[in-house]
Amino acid sequence: MSGVSTATVEDLTESSAPERFWNRQRRLGAALVIIGLIAAVVFGSLAESAPARFTLSEDAQGAALSINGQFGAILFGIVTVAAGAALLAGVARRWQTTLLSIGIVTFVFSFLCWQVAGKFLPLVDTLSGSLELALPLILGALAGVLGERSGVVNVAIEGQFLMGAFGAALVGTLATSVWAGLISAVIGGVIIAALLAVLAIRFLVDQVVVGIVLNLLALGITGFLYERLMQPDALKYNSPPRLPEWRVPGLADIPVIGPVLFDTNLLVWLALALVVVIHLALTRTRWGLRTRAVGEHPTAADTVGIRVRGLRYLNVLLGGVVAGAGGAYFTLVSTGAFNKNMTAGAGFIALAALIFGRWTPFGALGAALFFGFAQKLANYLSAVGSPVPNQFLNMLPYLATIVAVAGLVGRVRAPAADGVPYVKS
Amino acid sequence: MRGITKRFGDLVANDHIDLTVEPGEVHALLGENGAGKSTLMNQLYGMLQPDEGEILVDGEKKIFRSPRDAISAGIGMVHQHFMLVPVFTVAENIALGAEEVRGGPLGWLDRRRSRRDVLETSRKYGLPVDPDALVENLSVGSQQRVEIVKALTREVDLLILDEPTAVLTPQETDELLAVMRSLAETGKSIVFITHKLREVKAIADRITVIRRGRTVGTASPDTSEDELAALMVGRDVSLEVTKTPADPGREVLKVSGLIVDDDRGIRAVDAVDLVVRSGEVLGIAGVQGNGQTELVEAIMGLRPLRAGKVELEDQNLVGRSTKQVLRAGVGYVPEDRSLDGVVKDFTVAENLVLDVYDRAPFGNGFAMNPKAIQESAREWVARFDIRTSSPQSTVGTLSGGNQQKVVVAREMSRPLKLLVASQPTRGVDVGSIEFIHQQIIHERDLGTAVLVVSSELDEVVGLADRIAVMYRGRILAIVSPDMPREEIGLLMAGITGPGQEAEDSE
Amino acid sequence: MTTEAPAPETPPAPEKPPAKAKEESFLNLFLHNLWSANTVTVTILSIFLALVIGAVLIVISDPTVLSTFSYLTSRPSDALTASWDLVSQAYADLFKGAIFDPAAVRAWIDGSGDWKTALNPLSETLTYAAPLVFTGLSVAIAFRGGLFNIGGQGQAVIGTITAGVAGFAIALPAGLHLLVALAAGLIGGALWGFVPGLLKARTGAHEVITTIMLNYVATLFLGWLILQSGVQDPGRTDAVSKTIASSAVLPALPQPLRVHLGIVIAVLVTAAVAWMINRSSFGFELRAVGVNPPAAKTAGMSVGRTYILLMVVAGGLAGLGGAVQVLGTADRLTGQVAGNIGFDGLLVALLGRNKPWGTFFAAILYGALRAGGNLMQVDVGVSLELVTVLQALIVIFIAAPALVKTIFHLRNARSARLGTTMAKGW
Repeated sequence: MSGVSTATVEDLTESSAPERFWNRQRRLGAALVIIGLIAAVVFGSLAESAPARFTLSEDAQGAALSINGQFGAILFGIVTVAAGAALLAGVARRWQTTLLSIGIVTFVFSFLCWQVAGKFLPLVDTLSGSLELALPLILGALAGVLGERSGVVNVAIEGQFLMGAFGAALVGTLATSVWAGLISAVIGGVIIAALLAVLAIRFLVDQVVVGIVLNLLALGITGFLYERLMQPDALKYNSPPRLPEWRVPGLADIPVIGPVLFDTNLLVWLALALVVVIHLALTRTRWGLRTRAVGEHPTAADTVGIRVRGLRYLNVLLGGVVAGAGGAYFTLVSTGAFNKNMTAGAGFIALAALIFGRWTPFGALGAALFFGFAQKLANYLSAVGSPVPNQFLNMLPYLATIVAVAGLVGRVRAPAADGVPYVKS
Repeated sequence: MRGITKRFGDLVANDHIDLTVEPGEVHALLGENGAGKSTLMNQLYGMLQPDEGEILVDGEKKIFRSPRDAISAGIGMVHQHFMLVPVFTVAENIALGAEEVRGGPLGWLDRRRSRRDVLETSRKYGLPVDPDALVENLSVGSQQRVEIVKALTREVDLLILDEPTAVLTPQETDELLAVMRSLAETGKSIVFITHKLREVKAIADRITVIRRGRTVGTASPDTSEDELAALMVGRDVSLEVTKTPADPGREVLKVSGLIVDDDRGIRAVDAVDLVVRSGEVLGIAGVQGNGQTELVEAIMGLRPLRAGKVELEDQNLVGRSTKQVLRAGVGYVPEDRSLDGVVKDFTVAENLVLDVYDRAPFGNGFAMNPKAIQESAREWVARFDIRTSSPQSTVGTLSGGNQQKVVVAREMSRPLKLLVASQPTRGVDVGSIEFIHQQIIHERDLGTAVLVVSSELDEVVGLADRIAVMYRGRILAIVSPDMPREEIGLLMAGITGPGQEAEDSE
Repeated sequence: MTTEAPAPETPPAPEKPPAKAKEESFLNLFLHNLWSANTVTVTILSIFLALVIGAVLIVISDPTVLSTFSYLTSRPSDALTASWDLVSQAYADLFKGAIFDPAAVRAWIDGSGDWKTALNPLSETLTYAAPLVFTGLSVAIAFRGGLFNIGGQGQAVIGTITAGVAGFAIALPAGLHLLVALAAGLIGGALWGFVPGLLKARTGAHEVITTIMLNYVATLFLGWLILQSGVQDPGRTDAVSKTIASSAVLPALPQPLRVHLGIVIAVLVTAAVAWMINRSSFGFELRAVGVNPPAAKTAGMSVGRTYILLMVVAGGLAGLGGAVQVLGTADRLTGQVAGNIGFDGLLVALLGRNKPWGTFFAAILYGALRAGGNLMQVDVGVSLELVTVLQALIVIFIAAPALVKTIFHLRNARSARLGTTMAKGW
């Protein structure tokens, strides 16, 4: 090699000119400061000066973490302001997410102190309830990860949930077996996934459009069959057994997280395990490397001999398996009977969790827990009798989704070839 | 390859082409843009299947249904647009498709062995690469090295290089040619696709010329450039641009102290000063990626700037929207027409008014005047010799050269103070290249100030009255086109004094 | 030479050298072109395929008919006749409920019945179709601009709210009151479309998610609003609002016919939207942005501003649809007043290939299916959900013409345009 240097643009220094003052970090900080002030002032003044009890068990009088409602509201509000101020002052990039999370968490605590003052909040029930409500969201988001990391947009998660829920209820009742129900749920999800795969990959239909239409199709089919079969004879077609709760002895006795994680149904463990498995598979295995390549630069993958379409088919179908299982939650865990359109948008919230979690399994887990908690909070508040009307509380998860997708995510990068069908040219 | 024919609908891209490559030979495949060279090689690499004809490797007939088959037959390819996943590391890219795994059904990746393989191949052929670097952070020359190492790790006997020098400095090109020579000496064959005559004569052992999908002849490197050009195009071409001397007038565009960042926040334009006068062409020479794109985007209002001034005849352009800049009398030919030059699904007529649809006579801000649009389209299609069946055809059906003519016609169809043309003849056939060059000179002679940015040195030297050489965001020097090419080449590589590299900004 | 087609799009005439034209007769040409994958043929065959699948669903969900299949091998005719009877009756009801009932028409002609009964099916079709035109147009123009407006339902709901409240809360002379109420519906929907448009332009938040979330928010809001004093009907305890003043109601044909002026407004608005897309500057901008945003930006257009304006217009159209629904079909607000018009509008736009007049006729078709489905449910007991299934299936087949082509072995169309929407992701 001669002594001539080949210039690399990366050698240039990062821009040393002053950045805009109101960059993203500062704007988030300002937002935190404002909501922190609202928390401290508004929640603080509205809160009763009575103890807010966060009980460790269902028993209202049992052991509890107790804090004065008004004091707690103000205190946590101030911490939120502090987190916001830190962001305003400017911190290293890696602390940004931590501070943001702390700020949001303390804001929620402040709100809770206001609402729970004079009453009690069963911690275990709240946490396990959040986890349970998040369960379909986790599975749905994981299904999304599988498809979208290989480049196929999956808006049909809602439809997969519905088919899964319906299949589980129907077959579970007919066979009087919860396991048969679970398997049919998976089959239901795979049916929709197969349609999505064929229409998107082979027939090159716009993937978002296909997803939406498949949702409507699933809604129609399940609604139709519900009215024909289940409504007239619920006993024969619509009373599946529920998924049993299993208890891990020993581990389940740990305070708080014990009952939440180790005294619950199979689906929860499946979901959590899948998060880890999919993460490892994506980052450490050959399948994972090829999947990511196909999602980022399918032509490059093709030139080294990878079968792009085959891999996409496989991943979408795998996603169908996972989403179908997520659908089983609605009938085998939650209500025990199918109802028309019972998923009420959960599939779309799962999609939002996917984006919020930046298309990674652990990110999706965190986002799903966040949305699950929002929903649980809404349930709790309406149960306790909050001044806020019921319907507005029910809006909470949907509004949280909008805020998350618009405000908190920033401009994220989907896999580069996401949504673009692969056509050899 | 014998009698290879490939059709796309009505278009015959390859028409019974024959090609023979010997071991240890560097064989150049020469032809102008759109002649069918890449299509031919894509069939050799298994990405396309021929409609007729056969491929023989070492005398054995082979059918390549996918790149997999080609690779196992010992054929490797480095594409013109790199086939590298930007967010992966070098090692991951090289491993892709032939990963080292530690067994098990899922195939756990063996990263250590992958890195070792990369370093081994890199050492063996003298191509330094860093296995852990992220590809998106590498320079274009480094990325190309990665591509070559990727092909070599798969034990190829024949390596295809598709337009490899399009994005390299003259010095990097020389390095690449040396690498090709040394590979050929180890017994490997190289097929080297290009439209650049100079390189072909420098390195090839044999040259096959392709024109409009057919082989028109085989030549040796002794053939003159003019003869080769005539073979490529089928008629005598004058490679020179004829123009009268320029008569520069007042300052039209004045750029002072311009500082612009690229999408990653890295300084791309570093305190640039420029002046373009009416009636002259200022050419910006330099390899792609030295800030020219960002400079032009900042002038046009498509990219915010950090600091500096841009003035058009004393009117400040900084902070103005692109529409306002265009309205002020600036014409813009963007560097990638398929990205942001034309709207493929719109008709030719609609594309011709893409930036003037809301100005008289084509429309006011509210409604459009179809009759005026049609009439004007007919006029401009004729004047610019745009080959299309009608102004109502969609632009996507036009050839690359004609699409570019649509863009050029659109910009020149209104009175301009300044014309900014970025890579104006990239991917365009020779006939259209001549035409567009003539039009640019014509615009200059009307008194418009013209700024041409091009990575093809021949084009800059032919068109410009003054040349500014851009390197790593700075204008190193402004020189006359009469300066010897080698010296301009050195400037493009950042070498200002004899044997002295340009000062870095660290 | 083109095929006569009800749909506004006709395939271009095949080009043939003059000498050959004399040889091939007109009939041959017609048949040849007919059995190729052009737009009209694909549409008709898609509908046919959907009906076939619907028939299967009807049969397998009827226990009586299913039981005849259990002895299929010994007495196949039972199963076949039972299936045929059920399906043909169901689909006949579909027709009778949507277009006309031959018995009623005969009665009218010979004097034993009146014209109102004979025209009732058509009236029902147009009543259902009217709001769908608006929501369909809303989705269609958004698609042309590259945006997925799945929020038609929410925008229509807000439109019903603002129009309904304007209908019973203020007092104005007839005519003016109607106009004000319609305008209120339009503005309400426009606001509900503005939010996702703004979020998309400023933060890049994907409109699929934001519009869907706002759908749920809107429906919940409606549910709350109609229980509030001031809105709730004082004479009732259930979730029903006050009745809309007669001065704000859309004029309709005499009872029991339900078709109202809404369908006329729909025609006018379709024409206006068609003009806007094809002849206005804004239409040019949104089409450019929809196909190639970078090129639009380089040509000086503001992509963000176009997105916002587009969502405002789309929201306004859907809101107008809601207004037409509440001021014409319903006469007060209930939880279900907006029905499914938003979601149906989505399918209508896709069936109409995002073109204004295509959407209009697709809306008529879907209105017909809905009207017919009502009769089918009442008469034979086949659930109305089947209509949703049919509607979705038709769109799937339309969106994948290659699928229909393979199933029926159609030739390639001469015309290259089969109208698959541009494929793109986030």
